[in-house]
Amino acid sequence: MIRSDAPVLLEVRDLRASVDDQPILHGVNLTIRAGEIHAVMGRNGSGKSTLSKVLAGHPAYTVTGGSVTYRGQDLLELEPEQRARIGLFLGFQYPVEIPGVSNLEFLRVATNARRQERGETELDTFAFEDLVNTRLAVVQMDPAFLERSVNEGFSGGEKKRNEILQMALLEPVVAILDETDSGLDIDALRIVAGGVNQLASPDNATLLITHYQRLLDLITPDHVHVMAAGRILRSGGPELAHELERIGYDWVDQELALTEVG
Amino acid sequence: MTSTAVGDLVAQPYKYGFVTDIETEKIAKGLSEDVVRLISAKKDEPAFLLEFRLRAYRQWLQMQEPDWAALGYPPIDYQDIIYYAAPKQQAKKASLDEVDPKLLETFDKLGIPLSEQKRLSNVAVDAVFDSVSIATTFKEQLAEHGVIFCSISEAVKEYPGLVERYLGTVVSSNDNYFAALNSAVFSDGSFVFIPKGVECPMELSTYFRINSGDTGQFERTLIVAEDGASVSYLEGCTAPMFDTNQLHAAVVELVALDDASIKYSTVQNWYAGDEHGVGGIYNFVTKRGQCRGARSKISWTQVETGSAITWKYPSCVLQGADSVGEFYSVALTNNRQQADTGTKMIHVGPRTRSTIVSKGISAGHSVNSYRGLVQIGPKAVGAKNYSQCDSMLIGDQAGANTYPYIRSQQSDAVVEHEASTCRLSADQLFYLQSRGIGFEEAVSMMVSGFCRDVFNQLPMEFAAEADKLLALKLEGSVG
Repeated sequence: MIRSDAPVLLEVRDLRASVDDQPILHGVNLTIRAGEIHAVMGRNGSGKSTLSKVLAGHPAYTVTGGSVTYRGQDLLELEPEQRARIGLFLGFQYPVEIPGVSNLEFLRVATNARRQERGETELDTFAFEDLVNTRLAVVQMDPAFLERSVNEGFSGGEKKRNEILQMALLEPVVAILDETDSGLDIDALRIVAGGVNQLASPDNATLLITHYQRLLDLITPDHVHVMAAGRILRSGGPELAHELERIGYDWVDQELALTEVG
Repeated sequence: MTSTAVGDLVAQPYKYGFVTDIETEKIAKGLSEDVVRLISAKKDEPAFLLEFRLRAYRQWLQMQEPDWAALGYPPIDYQDIIYYAAPKQQAKKASLDEVDPKLLETFDKLGIPLSEQKRLSNVAVDAVFDSVSIATTFKEQLAEHGVIFCSISEAVKEYPGLVERYLGTVVSSNDNYFAALNSAVFSDGSFVFIPKGVECPMELSTYFRINSGDTGQFERTLIVAEDGASVSYLEGCTAPMFDTNQLHAAVVELVALDDASIKYSTVQNWYAGDEHGVGGIYNFVTKRGQCRGARSKISWTQVETGSAITWKYPSCVLQGADSVGEFYSVALTNNRQQADTGTKMIHVGPRTRSTIVSKGISAGHSVNSYRGLVQIGPKAVGAKNYSQCDSMLIGDQAGANTYPYIRSQQSDAVVEHEASTCRLSADQLFYLQSRGIGFEEAVSMMVSGFCRDVFNQLPMEFAAEADKLLALKLEGSVG
């Protein structure tokens, strides 16, 4: 249920960013409140993945203007690890492999960093194993994946499940899921979407970055935004996603051409 | 953002760079037959040893300094080095209470407490300061098991027969230029003898400390494990920061008889010079183990993080049938450090097996080369070798080379070699950071992950230390 009086968790104002001196974001505006699920859709190169990386603090992207406020705090001045500790989560489109680093140990260190920030006690190996075992169910993941190196040799679907497992452990306030549906078969997609639905609550928010409607058939967004040329071109409810599915993105070019002229 | 954060992480100052102010007895600079005789006389050595030294010295005069390694350094003036320096309490003390407190304090500061109350409960330590051993702990307890653990000078006096029987039998005095030099002028080092059937009841360890700025350190270590005996031995090394270079040319010989096993671990943290490459130790070391007996095993584990120059190839001669040689190495270079290190596995006996796992990490402007030889002789029927050499590059100014040499005279031998090079990537770091893991911790997680196969081989007490040491060495180098 959307309440317009729910607290604002993330406020993006006229955000501009570039990579290698190439401007990508040209003034993005977005307001995300507690309990909401947002979807940002758009074609490749529209800037939607850049938006997610800038929010998470990727060092390759330079913010050139605008502001991002996370629960009243200036997000942009924080290091990526600090953003994560206070509850921002980025689910990667391409989770990287880290050979030699045990997945279990990685999950434990990450979970403890978040717990410490929340004033909770650190979990030792045994306590953490208990916790992680309860969370595995969220994504129906085989415990054998805990014993392996982070993402090493994981299939595309396993990597994405590992992302949602991390989300289940870190209990983020705002979760940004960058093309979580890409490269997944329908069964894996169902499992991942099921995990996201389970984790959504009135106190947190989810921002889905996606190309296709098919993820939104499984996770119903409250707000849909269409991104093009580094801006949010149009916002609406779930019906906007269906409309896109029907008419495609061609209208975007016309609309862009109009705004250029205007 | 991250790259500036990295820049701010200025390299950690070398923790062990202090000099102990202690009265030292030094001989004059330079090397000659007289100097060799003087060293031998100072140590009151038997005739066989003086002969051994003189023979080595004469051989050394005929030899050329090797230049095949991927190393660059100005010529070493061997006449500008002091070949013997010892803290002035000459005679080795019967009890620790009589050892100069300044020396005990030095080792305390290095994290190697020697006094009865503070020393590690399960590790016996031989402490070598410049050219002499100043103390060995747990000698009596070890003697109850028949284990001899003492300085090599002491062994020459107490067990001349054993020393004469084994010294120079694995690394002959003319093996190479630096081994010949060592054989002529070696001052001290450790001697370990594990008698038949005895499993050494505790870890043995030698800690080498260079203190003088103009002295070379030439230590000699000899470890013998008789039939069915086993021992785990660890050496550690540090030196003060000087803007000159000190020469360290050690020789280590291991002998394993039937069914014996020797595990030799090194954590080398000599002063590496500053970020411009000024100062630091020149580390030219010959380490070799001989699996003389059937089913014997020699395992080298090394974590090489220090020294301006490292030239070191701990090797195994696999003579006994079914004997096993192992080499696990992490070599980390930063700033202007250069390392040319690896191993030789010489398969002589039938069904001999060897494993090589080498992890090189190069940061800054350093160069890190793996050089390894796997040789399968005509009698080594069914010999097997597996080699894995991985390099990690940090930044874009560092270099990594791999020189694997394979010589096989056995058609049925199995020799496998795998090599990889990776770069510590910004994307991996960002991934860990985006999960709340701080930058430094992320780097250290990735590096220790890369080195895990080797660290797993270290004695438990030292694995965590090695991890920390690497993290410390890398601070400020990632970007």
